Amino acid sequence: MALTYTSREQIEVYRFSLPVTLIVPLVAVFLQVFLPLRFPFFAIFDLPLLIVIFFAMARRSQVAGLVTGAAIGLLQDSLAGASHPLGLYGIAKTVVGYGASSLGVKLDVESVGTRFLVVIGFDVIHELIYFLIARGMVRMNMHWNWAHELESAFANAILAVFLFALMDRLKDRA
Amino acid sequence: MGRYRNVSFLAAAIFLQILGLAIQVKSPTENHPARLIRVWAVSTITPFEKGLVRIQSGASDLWHDYFYLRSVRQENRELRDQIEQLQIEQVRMKQDADQAHRLQSLLGFKEQFIAKTLAAQVIGSSGSEQSRTVTIDRGSRDGVQADMAVISATGVVGKVISVFKSTAQVLLINDQQSGVGTILEQSRLQGVLKGKSSGELLIDKIMPDEEVKPGDRVLTSGGDQIFPKGLIIGNVDRIEKGPEFLQVTVRPTAALNRLEEVLVILKKEERDPTSTAANARASDILAERLPSVPDKPPAPANAAGSATAGHAVSVPRVAHVQPVTASSEIPGQVKSPSASASAVAKAPSAPASNPSNPTGAPVVTKPATTSSAQTSKPAPKQPAPATSKPIADSPSTQPQPSNPGDTPQ
Repeated sequence: MALTYTSREQIEVYRFSLPVTLIVPLVAVFLQVFLPLRFPFFAIFDLPLLIVIFFAMARRSQVAGLVTGAAIGLLQDSLAGASHPLGLYGIAKTVVGYGASSLGVKLDVESVGTRFLVVIGFDVIHELIYFLIARGMVRMNMHWNWAHELESAFANAILAVFLFALMDRLKDRA
Repeated sequence: MGRYRNVSFLAAAIFLQILGLAIQVKSPTENHPARLIRVWAVSTITPFEKGLVRIQSGASDLWHDYFYLRSVRQENRELRDQIEQLQIEQVRMKQDADQAHRLQSLLGFKEQFIAKTLAAQVIGSSGSEQSRTVTIDRGSRDGVQADMAVISATGVVGKVISVFKSTAQVLLINDQQSGVGTILEQSRLQGVLKGKSSGELLIDKIMPDEEVKPGDRVLTSGGDQIFPKGLIIGNVDRIEKGPEFLQVTVRPTAALNRLEEVLVILKKEERDPTSTAANARASDILAERLPSVPDKPPAPANAAGSATAGHAVSVPRVAHVQPVTASSEIPGQVKSPSASASAVAKAPSAPASNPSNPTGAPVVTKPATTSSAQTSKPAPKQPAPATSKPIADSPSTQPQPSNPGDTPQ
């Protein structure tokens, strides 16, 4: 019996259908701007960020990841109000999209634990980039609160575990 | 290339979004916020402009100070002669200015002084004929603010429109967006000086029946609250009749297309005009000039018996007093009638760049009242009695007593 050696690392790359690619981000942004009106506590979550991380990790393509992040971020900026300049969320989510897809190539991002930690990490990175640009370039009056940011990161991570499990059904193997 | 393709995409995406942010966001640190992209562009280019100007001026100084010394001695002699002439003229002008100050204090005028200026070098231009602006090497950290007036040694240059940390942009007076309140020196017509697309200066909206002469000096009127009153802008070049109004073209005295060094007016002050006669009261000054009743001469011995009812008052002789020279008015001076003004003769002229000004900056006057009434004629004099005489122009010129007994008080 011949011995065959196969690599343990079998990177699975997924793709999504066009309707899913278009509708899911729109729904996420819509829910993000609408739900806090009814449920103020929902403002702690960042649904569009979770969608960016999910798509980027699933596609495992850095270009696709950063483009997705940029598009969703700019969409979120455009709905954030006239005084909110376009590009704040865009830049932050561009970096997150690139990073998440880079990480997706190297890690097994299907497991719950990995997803939990990845979302915590990228949530903090996302808020940090947003804070730096808003404070440094736009000169917005913002204050960094570690407790609040970590609280938000944990909340998003917990939500992501359930949300990613739900969205796994939308993946098509490439 | 393949290795860095993804990183390049990331950098391009971030760069484009930062660019978009820079186009939207205005820097809130200045009085007139400018878009971030403009701030970045100016901050990127101006150090090179400053460096080039410094190299150029350094090389020019080196050449002229060390190598090209031809005819320096002759030029030195000529300049010394010129300085001596100017010093003599300065003494004369100082006397005229002193008199003007005294007369102004009588009339209650306040002078608007240029209290503080900042020298700046022109380091760049707009590069476009549609926008006539220059960049100077002074900014907010030097105290420059938007809407400050900018002048040169020869005339008005423009006003500051954008201020950055170490540079500022100046809108020249011949730009289409510019507007300067002006007054013609001789005819005292007021108007607004605007720039044309060709770079010419034009005073518009002057009625066709007004008298405007070529060569008449055009000064700032102070009405725009930016340029102090009385600064020279230029001279009337030509007058054309439009369909409704006259179009007066002005030739600026400042070389707007060859600017190198300018002055930014940082601070203007209003105060009462100073007088060389310290603590001199108006009544004292007037009393020196008005005729007085002389002392009674001693009665002769023969007439001791004849009773005289009253004092024998001898008519005082009209002493010779040098009259006030009636030359042109102080540029930009607006007279408001007052009780004391009726006895005041017309003030002699004082140039815009008054050498007697201790700050070394031009002194302009404006009345304390807000009245904008202007008269081209001097204030009417009081009907003079037979023995009255015009007010002397200088305190040193005392009415000379023609009779030893007639001593003025």
